[in-house]
Amino acid sequence: MRIATELPASDGVSAPRAESPWRRFASEFAQSRLALAGLGLLVAIILAAIAAPIISPQNPYDLAQLDVMDSKLPPGEQSSSTGKTYWLGTDDQGRDMLSGIFYGLRISLVVGVSSTVIALAIGLAMGLAAAYFGGWIDALIMRIADIQLSFPGILIALILLAVLGQGIDKIIAALVTVQWAYYARTVRSSALVERQKEYVEAAQVLALSRTRIVFRHLLPNCLPPLIVVATVQVAHAILLESTLSFLGLGLPITEPSLGLLISNGFQYLLSGKYWISFYPGLALLLSILAINLVADQLRDVLNPRLSR
Amino acid sequence: MSARLLEVRGLRTHFFTKAGVVKAVDDVSFGVDRGRVLGLVGESGSGKSMTGYSIMGLIDPPGRIVAGSITLAGTELTTLGDAAWRNLRGNRVAMVFQDPMMTLNPVLRIDTQMVEAVRAHHDVSRDAALQRCREALVQVGIASPDERLLGYPHQFSGGMRQRVAIAIALVNKPDVIIADEPTTALDVTIQGQILHEMQRLSRESGTALIWITHDLSVIAGLADEVCVMYAGRIVESGGVDEVLDTPMHPYTRGLLDSVPSRNTPGRPLSQIRGMTPSLLALGEACAFRERCARAVDACRTAPVTQSIGTRGVRCVNPLS
Amino acid sequence: MLAFTIRRLGQSVFVLVVMAFIVFIGVYAIGNPVELLVNPQADAAERARATAAMGLDKPLAEQFLAFLAGAVRGDLGRSFVFNVPAIQLIMDRLPATLELAAVAMVIAIVIGIPLGLIAGLKPHSVAGRSIMAGSILGFSLPTFWVGLVLIMVFSVQLGWLPPNGRGETVMLLGVPVSFLTADGLAHLAMPAINLALFKLSLLIRLTRAGTREALLQDYVKFARAKGLSSRRVIGVHVLKNILIPIVTVIGLELGSVIAFAIVTESIFAWPGTGKLLIDSINQLDRPVIVAYLLVIVTIFIAVNFLVDLVYSLLDPRVRLGQAAAAH
Repeated sequence: MRIATELPASDGVSAPRAESPWRRFASEFAQSRLALAGLGLLVAIILAAIAAPIISPQNPYDLAQLDVMDSKLPPGEQSSSTGKTYWLGTDDQGRDMLSGIFYGLRISLVVGVSSTVIALAIGLAMGLAAAYFGGWIDALIMRIADIQLSFPGILIALILLAVLGQGIDKIIAALVTVQWAYYARTVRSSALVERQKEYVEAAQVLALSRTRIVFRHLLPNCLPPLIVVATVQVAHAILLESTLSFLGLGLPITEPSLGLLISNGFQYLLSGKYWISFYPGLALLLSILAINLVADQLRDVLNPRLSR
Repeated sequence: MSARLLEVRGLRTHFFTKAGVVKAVDDVSFGVDRGRVLGLVGESGSGKSMTGYSIMGLIDPPGRIVAGSITLAGTELTTLGDAAWRNLRGNRVAMVFQDPMMTLNPVLRIDTQMVEAVRAHHDVSRDAALQRCREALVQVGIASPDERLLGYPHQFSGGMRQRVAIAIALVNKPDVIIADEPTTALDVTIQGQILHEMQRLSRESGTALIWITHDLSVIAGLADEVCVMYAGRIVESGGVDEVLDTPMHPYTRGLLDSVPSRNTPGRPLSQIRGMTPSLLALGEACAFRERCARAVDACRTAPVTQSIGTRGVRCVNPLS
Repeated sequence: MLAFTIRRLGQSVFVLVVMAFIVFIGVYAIGNPVELLVNPQADAAERARATAAMGLDKPLAEQFLAFLAGAVRGDLGRSFVFNVPAIQLIMDRLPATLELAAVAMVIAIVIGIPLGLIAGLKPHSVAGRSIMAGSILGFSLPTFWVGLVLIMVFSVQLGWLPPNGRGETVMLLGVPVSFLTADGLAHLAMPAINLALFKLSLLIRLTRAGTREALLQDYVKFARAKGLSSRRVIGVHVLKNILIPIVTVIGLELGSVIAFAIVTESIFAWPGTGKLLIDSINQLDRPVIVAYLLVIVTIFIAVNFLVDLVYSLLDPRVRLGQAAAAH
């Protein structure tokens, strides 16, 4: 059986450097059709979420628009009052599932992305500080991060929410707390590797200020692995948030994310009214899948060791 | 010339990569006899390791042998199937690699790794295999083999590990051993010992040895014959004393001149100007011509190997 | 080896105490459980009495010490809701959770590692690529949604499997287990598969990455140069090397599986500690939450410790250290 081996570096192969790094990155990324499909899906989902109020047939949170007589209609049925078709059925309050999904996507994406961005900023700061200052600062930050990372995120988030209560800000806080340590660790190891490299020594010899060294020199080189981690973490955050909402601990009813919609429909599952839970879950799945497909290809493209 | 033990003729090994075709081995021919040592000299990227792998049948996609023949005691190797190759490897032709820390599996015991080499080719009991391993270890100069057999690679020094690797190569008494820079990763003193052992073993057991290296001084002390490789081709070959005393190819001359001990202290070291070409862009012309002080127009066409007695040189304008 | 073990043990105990402290602060210091259990119309005197009865009027440090003392004895307070010792509630339900987690882990390992191996050995084949695509799908799936779909298909539509609860149990070594009965297996099937999915995908990806990396190593080339069969090269040389990090990950993921069981237990009404936790959170039954956290933390730390031990046993470089290198 043939075992594929790597082409040894000593053969002097060097690719022509005609294109800019962005072009090369884009063309390498595009080599996976799956990743491109994921990217397309992701863009579609983001657009749908942004345009939710425009494209939804109904605003599911405007009580005036709801007709409780239309509750629990299966997909494809028409409203007895307005004659509009409920493409994905309605829930127990008569809400159009399709609209509910669009609005829910919006919330899930907002929570996922914002918690990731904040966690990234905090993790970045911590990681860089730990790597650059070393000593007890490093030990302290990493100790805290390690202890936190040895426990599953869902548990930490659960307890935090149990203590803090419900609300979109609290859930973002919980997600940030769960995630920051991972970024801090990634950044720190990248920064430590970079720090050993000669260009940092050169910068120090030139007596550049510390901030300058950190921002202009260390940071850009730590970014590639960070981008990959962040992308995956958005998917993770969305998943975690929906799980927490499903358990009743996440977002309140006034801001129903997909998790809450799914949880709502759970009680009707055994009587065969599957669409109330099924379609929001499908939307969730597609969002996460799209992000993961993109993240996977990003990782392969940005990782020099495995690129072949 | 009578049939030699191992005969390589017109070997071409190409790698078909996304960036293009890499002609790692480009029309290489040489032979080696029983009990003789052939040195294969060249810098990184000259194709010497790939030649060794080709002889072992260890070239994997995207590479393959595209032309040429390799005969071992009359058997043609390039047309062999997988099963036949596995029979041959480690049995009739064996290889020793450069870094023994990485070539020995760190999580398996030495005896496991040695015994499996024996039992892959001979249907013997574990004890019988162990006995052969002990003998092989003694042969390479390891005094208390039983202790070593129970150990793990990381417990030994580099020199010891390399001896074990050589013992593994020897244990089935192969016809040919290909050693790919086996002493480069070791201390100079250990290097000397191992060179000496290998030479002795080769003479005693009649095993042909192909020693791949970039270090001319090693070849000078060890080999009987030498082939100098550049950019995938053999540019000069012959008896080691002749080639090193009176090189014919400008590249060989350049290599010899750049050895520090041959230079006058206080003056700049002589170098071969320019850089090795990328193996992607090779044409038929002489690959050395850009860097050669003796280049002429005729160098643009493919130089053929001229035979002068027992020597060969691939140059249209060789040194006389 | 002994020194290593003792050192790790000491570290584990230290982390345990720190975690206990954090748990205690987090849950007890915020909010006032008295409000919950006392009649809203109770006057100040009644409240004071209730507070004293629960020991909540003492200074925090004293409460923590009392808590620690009790914890060591196994007494973590009584459930506000059920009025039985919290620890007993947890211990009653723990076997169910552990069984679910263990079965899920076994499924993930038995299916995940071979699939990952195949994907790593033939990454560009149809099998390899579909396995990888499947694994991405696997960890994009929201666990709770998959549970719902499983119920939808296998219970509602096909009627093959029961949608909730745990099956018949038999006693094994003094612990009730359900996987030894047919009814137990029927009840175990969906929750275990549901729980296993995520870890399965993770293991596939991990094994694949490890295999690809291992194949690039020189010892593989050397093994082939010895003329060994592919089966031996992969089955012995490659496998033994990749198993080390994989075993470590499995050990660490065990804790995560127990945590994720919370969701699965909620969906399938599996009578484990997870469901108990959710209910306790909703009812603000603090002693139970604390007891749960401490038990889980102890399990995690114990598992971490065991993983360290197993790792050092598997990797001869750690086990034997750099013994005096012979010349």
